[in-house]
Amino acid sequence: MSDAAATGAAPADAMIVMSHVEKWYGDFQALTDINLAVRKGEKIVLCGPSGSGKSTLIRCINRLEDYQKGEIRVGGTRLGDDARTIDAVRREVGMVFQHFNLFPHMSVLRNCMLAPMRSLGASRAEAEATARALLERVRIHEQAEKYPAQLSGGQQQRVAIARALCMKPKVMLFDEPTSALDPEMVKEVLDTMIGLAEEGMTMICVTHEMGFARQVADRVIFMAGGAIVEEAPPQDFFSNPRHERTRKFLGEILHQP
Amino acid sequence: MGEAEFLFLLTGLKWTVLLSLVGFAGGGICGLAVALMRSSGIAPLERGTAGYIALFQGTPLLMQLFVVYYGLALVGLKLDAWVAVAIGFTLHASAYLGEIWRGSIEAVPRGQTEAAKALSLHYVARMKDVILPQAIRISLPATIGFLVQLIKGTSLAAIVGFTELTRAGNIVSNQTFKPLLVFGVVGILYFLLCWPLSLYGAHLERRMAVAAR
Ligand SMILES: Nc1ncnc2c1ncn2[C@@H]1O[C@H](COP(=O)(O)OP(=O)(O)OP(=O)(O)O)[C@@H](O)[C@H]1O
Ligand SMILES: [Mg+2]
Repeated sequence: MSDAAATGAAPADAMIVMSHVEKWYGDFQALTDINLAVRKGEKIVLCGPSGSGKSTLIRCINRLEDYQKGEIRVGGTRLGDDARTIDAVRREVGMVFQHFNLFPHMSVLRNCMLAPMRSLGASRAEAEATARALLERVRIHEQAEKYPAQLSGGQQQRVAIARALCMKPKVMLFDEPTSALDPEMVKEVLDTMIGLAEEGMTMICVTHEMGFARQVADRVIFMAGGAIVEEAPPQDFFSNPRHERTRKFLGEILHQP
Repeated sequence: MGEAEFLFLLTGLKWTVLLSLVGFAGGGICGLAVALMRSSGIAPLERGTAGYIALFQGTPLLMQLFVVYYGLALVGLKLDAWVAVAIGFTLHASAYLGEIWRGSIEAVPRGQTEAAKALSLHYVARMKDVILPQAIRISLPATIGFLVQLIKGTSLAAIVGFTELTRAGNIVSNQTFKPLLVFGVVGILYFLLCWPLSLYGAHLERRMAVAAR
């Protein structure tokens, strides 16, 4: 845990600051004293065993989950219970899900145009121009008129990334974006994410793709039992993990076929 | 049974169709409101609509029409027969459609709501653009099934003085003393109205079963 986060003094260019965040599901504590400051342009990889609270943590940032204690700030806005701040934060934060969650009854293009038109007040023409540009960027513009079910998993996930980018977010959250994909499609999605990282997007990625972590992450954070156990730059994290639980976890995932 | 009698039956059929349309339109609008309240996550609204649905699903339509027409008249509110029937069918249909549509709204995967929220879509856009189009598709077979029930249920409007198809059949049968023939024709008319709907519902159901595989 970094000293700055622990004392509550976030760096001046912090994009996301979580301080002493605690969350319960009923009696079960899912997050314990989470302190995390993510600077603008920083890329964080979040890993840990199943049930350790990774999804819960990133879902608190865009308020898909509420939390009971502590404070979360996104781009200076303190995330409260009121619709106004929740809305403000969600406009700045894009999210990509494990199962894509594209809208199945709309074409790829409509999927990408909906939110800018409804929440940013973009005109149809503006929304379409943005959507086509971003679909081109994730190399899927030839499929713009198709429906999600007509695309492969990798293509769907790239559409989901483009859809989130259409809102011009300042931060992107990824929750295991490649773990529902067939192995041969993982690379196309990771390449898209790497491209995004190179352009300077602030990113928090829950993933077990350790090659991606090595290549892209500024910091790797390891969670267990709802708490942050260890965080370090990737070279330190992989070569010199300090905690026993981290070593055990790395041993398990790095020895998978 | 001559041409005049048959035309009289057709007039009855017209009322049956009109009553069904009124019930379905009123029930559709109010049923949507019931479904949205029932799945709103706001406890008092959910409990209130649950009670409403239980009440109207648990009592006979005949009794509901009776209460609206004669019951309200007893407390000094004399309603026109059309208004009474429209209210009665709307109350009845909105309970059933509300429950059918609540189930369909809840059958849309949760990830859809989450994706819409993450894109900062507010409640109206989330429902109108994302959830309801999918929920309506899911609900179509059951909705059509209910519409068929409603068409047959309109015969109960006879008790507040409507000469819809069944009542018209009754009148003609009393005049001609040919109940078998008359009610045979009445039955065929109902059948011609309901059967295509049932077929269409079954067709949609099959198509959705295929799509779900
Ligand atoms: N809605 C919920 N109600 C109750 N408990 C929940 C709920 N959602 C998650 N949990 C519990 O909270 C803990 C953390 O869940 P979370 O989904 O954040 O884990 P995760 O690290 O993302 O795991 P995975 O790698 O399996 O996705 C788990 O023990 C889980 O069972
Ligand atoms: Mg998870």
